[in-house]
Amino acid sequence: MSLLSVNDLWVSYGAIQALRGISLRVEPGEIVTLIGGNGAGKSTTLRTISGLLQPRSGEIQFQGQAIQGRAPHHIVTSGLIQVPEGRGIFANLTVDENLQLGAFTRSDRVAIRKDRERALELFPRVRERLKQLAGTLSGGEQQMLAIARALLARPKLLMLDEPSLGLAPQIVQTIFQVIREINREGTTILLVEQNASMALQVAHRAYVIEVGEMIMDGPAAELAASDEVRKAYLGAH
Amino acid sequence: MAHSAPETPAKVTMQSAETRRSHDSIWRGLLPLALGMVLALALQFVLPAIVGQYNSRIVMDIGIAMIMAVSLNIVNGMTGQFSIGHAGFMTLGGYTAAMLTYYGSLYMWGAPPAHGHFLGAGEWMMAGACIVGGLVAAGAGYVVGLPSLRLRGDYLAIVTLGFGEILRVVLQQTSKVIEDPAALKAAKWSQLFPPPVGGAIGFADVPKYTNLFWVYTFVTITVVVAYRLKNSSLGRAMISIREDEIASQAMGVNIARNKVLAFVLAAFFAGTAGGLFAHESGVIISPKDAGFQRSFDYVIMTVLGGRGSITGVMLAASILTALPEMLRDFEQYRLIMYALLLIIMMLVRPQGLFGIHEIWQLWPGKGTRTVQKKA
Ligand SMILES: Nc1ncnc2c1ncn2[C@@H]1O[C@H](COP(=O)(O)OP(=O)(O)OP(=O)(O)O)[C@@H](O)[C@H]1O
Ligand SMILES: [Mg+2]
Repeated sequence: MSLLSVNDLWVSYGAIQALRGISLRVEPGEIVTLIGGNGAGKSTTLRTISGLLQPRSGEIQFQGQAIQGRAPHHIVTSGLIQVPEGRGIFANLTVDENLQLGAFTRSDRVAIRKDRERALELFPRVRERLKQLAGTLSGGEQQMLAIARALLARPKLLMLDEPSLGLAPQIVQTIFQVIREINREGTTILLVEQNASMALQVAHRAYVIEVGEMIMDGPAAELAASDEVRKAYLGAH
Repeated sequence: MAHSAPETPAKVTMQSAETRRSHDSIWRGLLPLALGMVLALALQFVLPAIVGQYNSRIVMDIGIAMIMAVSLNIVNGMTGQFSIGHAGFMTLGGYTAAMLTYYGSLYMWGAPPAHGHFLGAGEWMMAGACIVGGLVAAGAGYVVGLPSLRLRGDYLAIVTLGFGEILRVVLQQTSKVIEDPAALKAAKWSQLFPPPVGGAIGFADVPKYTNLFWVYTFVTITVVVAYRLKNSSLGRAMISIREDEIASQAMGVNIARNKVLAFVLAAFFAGTAGGLFAHESGVIISPKDAGFQRSFDYVIMTVLGGRGSITGVMLAASILTALPEMLRDFEQYRLIMYALLLIIMMLVRPQGLFGIHEIWQLWPGKGTRTVQKKA
């Protein structure tokens, strides 16, 4: 059974039809990436899966349960966690308080402490700044905090919306390494990226979305080698 | 089974740690409460002798303003909504409490004037009435808070403003106060609609029980609850709504519930403050108290104090209550002064006196701004 399966999803913002029948699935243990240009509908897809947007029609199943139309906080409780585009850091709270909010829906103190320890091991730079206001972190550090915070929710499926956005190549490397690491430890990942070359390197499978429609999917390595993807997304000629 | 033995002691220590934590948290709540009540007693018996009746009265007004500003700050400061109808909740609570004590006294003792000494039956009746007033206001807070789920910013502000103004007009349509105990005993339930609370001229002859002790006891309760809330997981969730609604939802915060809850809590405390206000000597609570002007005073206190800073808005409440008293001769310029003060604040310190911090966090080395250096 797929961990997540999305079937023929239609989403609109008023008159703007943002998604026209998107389907995708994510198997347990995978890293799946969703790539596409500006305005293709990647963030819309994630927001709809998280329950932040209501679909016109279509079906979303997580662990075999239909979740479309459910409130975001119910979806979070079931282990489907999103790191929103632009990180969504709570700027006027400390780094520590941001992390505590990550575990907001949980009450198992001992397990939370363990997860927190692990998240801080993955991001030592976050640990050094626990008492700092999150808004004063650099962009890269904020992205690290956003991922660390999401880990405290103990995700079964972690959805990342453009974690490389606006970051220097070195930081992007670090973050993708951690994504691999998190996945190796058993967390399934759905990664939305414009940085297609990085995304195709870490992912097992990939989907390509263009103006609200899925135009291609397959093993990441195959897509990376295909002419179409190379021309459109990897800057090859 | 053999290898499960070593785990047992660990579990026991863990459990006792949990118990200790819950005991600690009860103490952390009760201790400030007890301290606050001791302070309230001290104010009651010492302050008038030192600063005189007139100034003690100002200190009492400051206390009521503190309850209003600290509670409004739960809505405007913590969850980042914008309510400008807080005086509406206050007045609703005030009228409710006043009805209870006035008609209660008239029924039981045959006359409304103050009954009993310090901490006597009358004062306890008032304290109870303030809490009932708070509960009624909280109910209204729930209803007014509901639109906050769909509306934001300016639109929500207009709804809250509308609430205060509608209440003002409704209170003007109420009927005359019943003054004769015999008439009260003969009265029918149907006379409750519209309630006999004095119409446009206000609810006169409410027994005057409010004193420094009760005001500062309620201040203490409000501040302790607000402080505990701010430092709890629920409070952090509310603040996260102010910071970023989408991210807050992504963390699993039920933002609808929390927004309405903020309204309900704030309205409750405003209702109790209204009760204290209605029983203050020299005050005749009247429909105009529900109006925009009074609400605006409290909004200014929260803006000036800093969003989310409890000590900040307490200080602002003190300054903005005491200042007009000191400048009584310039009463007609009060609004101009407020406007000037706000403009200056926006230019010099847009985050408010203390920003999001409490007073003790402003000293260097203790603040949340401290950056831990690498060893
Ligand atoms: N709140 C909104 N209101 C109206 N239209 C929107 C809204 N959000 C997105 N859209 C539109 O929906 C379409 C898909 O947007 P979406 O944010 O999903 O794209 P994206 O693939 O994430 O792009 P990017 O890589 O630039 O983030 C775009 O045409 C966009 O203009
Ligand atoms: Mg996007």
